[in-house]
Amino acid sequence: MTKSYEEITLTPISDTPSTMNITGLWRVVKPVVDKEKCKKCTICWKFCPDAAITLVDGEPIVDLRYCKGCGICAFECPSKCIIMVKEGEQ
Amino acid sequence: MRMVMTGNYASAYGAKLARAEVIAAYPITPQTSIVEKLAEFVSSGELKAKFIPVEGEHSAMAACIAAQTAGARTYTATSSQGLTLMHEVLMWASGARLPIVMTNVSRAMAPPWNVWVDHMDTVAQRDTGWLQFFCRSNQEVLDTIIMAYKICETSGVMLPAMIVEDAFILSHTSEPVDVPEQALVDSFLPAYSPELKLEVGKPMGFGSLVKPDQYMEFRYKAMLGMKEARERILRVEQEFKHIFGRAHGGLLDLYKCADADVVMVAAGSVAATAMDVVDAMREKGMRVGLARIRAFRPFPHEEFRSLAGKTEGIAVLDRSFTFGAAGAMFTEVKSSIYSCQKRPVVKNYIAGLGGRDITPKILEKIFEDMLVVSKRGAEDEVEWVDVAGLPRRWR
Repeated sequence: MTKSYEEITLTPISDTPSTMNITGLWRVVKPVVDKEKCKKCTICWKFCPDAAITLVDGEPIVDLRYCKGCGICAFECPSKCIIMVKEGEQ
Repeated sequence: MRMVMTGNYASAYGAKLARAEVIAAYPITPQTSIVEKLAEFVSSGELKAKFIPVEGEHSAMAACIAAQTAGARTYTATSSQGLTLMHEVLMWASGARLPIVMTNVSRAMAPPWNVWVDHMDTVAQRDTGWLQFFCRSNQEVLDTIIMAYKICETSGVMLPAMIVEDAFILSHTSEPVDVPEQALVDSFLPAYSPELKLEVGKPMGFGSLVKPDQYMEFRYKAMLGMKEARERILRVEQEFKHIFGRAHGGLLDLYKCADADVVMVAAGSVAATAMDVVDAMREKGMRVGLARIRAFRPFPHEEFRSLAGKTEGIAVLDRSFTFGAAGAMFTEVKSSIYSCQKRPVVKNYIAGLGGRDITPKILEKIFEDMLVVSKRGAEDEVEWVDVAGLPRRWR
């Protein structure tokens, strides 16, 4: 519903944090981490542009609510332990 | 206290007296001594501010935007290539309704590489939603910076302002300047306190996504802000005059225009030269006047409409050229007066690009040409002045 110019702030101001934006819905492929091969170097965590990777005991956990499937983590991983898998496939 | 100082130091003193809290800047000729002086003020403790040296002008404006969004009064300065590099974020500053104040030392755009006065950089930013003030003296530079904060920091305006100094002619030339007492400036300009700002305890997103169903209402509001700025410039200048005893002419500074057969329109330092030429020509019996564009944004449409009925010819001097059209000030003046019953002849003179001197003799010849043209109309609406190879002699 369009608000009158008199009812709005000078510039759009939002009090909902960007975490409300579930960008994981955009994803076509998802990262799958091979925990055996992971050396806990944290490079994937540093490179993730959406901060969708968290470290638990040094191991990367991908938050699929926000991961857009860009594949940067898989590309940067030096031990090639992350592969991108099509959604719906194993 | 009266001091002898350059236009650049006048800018620095203006920002200091306005108590800018965050200054982010990148050096560029001929702006450098503004930020050098401000860095000195900050390091000596004379000015309590955060000075952020950045890696470029886009970052300088981005830092000012962030600090201003967090509720700080900010200042920056740039010139030419630096200003045009800022273009994208200049739009952000106005759209986010942040009353940032910046000095632009107006300088030619390259190539050809050139560091001298020319208004192309400033004119190229006229659509960014910034107020733009051209100055003709170092005193006006200092005063306008202080006034600009007061004009812009009100909920009805909340837009950024650009103070324009002509490269070298003002930036590096010393003149006597009255530097007002800090207490007096404080009584004129209260601390900046926006209605909404970034707060750590209350996270919010500023300038967030708006869909087609709501975008126009925000742009309409910005238009209203610029409209209000017009009235606010006049009111604030009256208040300034009351406290400091001087004013600089509102949006359009008229000099001996009341009975003038022809009027010259000019902006920046050349307008000071033109005042002398007006005096000299009046002594010889020629009724000429000067209308100095002080505010280019908001543009003084009403003032031009009222001037149109009182004169036979308007010579618009542009220190820049819009390729494929004409001088920007010329097209604006013409569009202002189109709806008037009585329309004087208007002719555009392109002069002084890249720091080429516009001498009193050249200004006199423009007036003489306009006195003739105002009676019989202009053959060429746009004439380039003092270009080697063209038949007309100007020197």
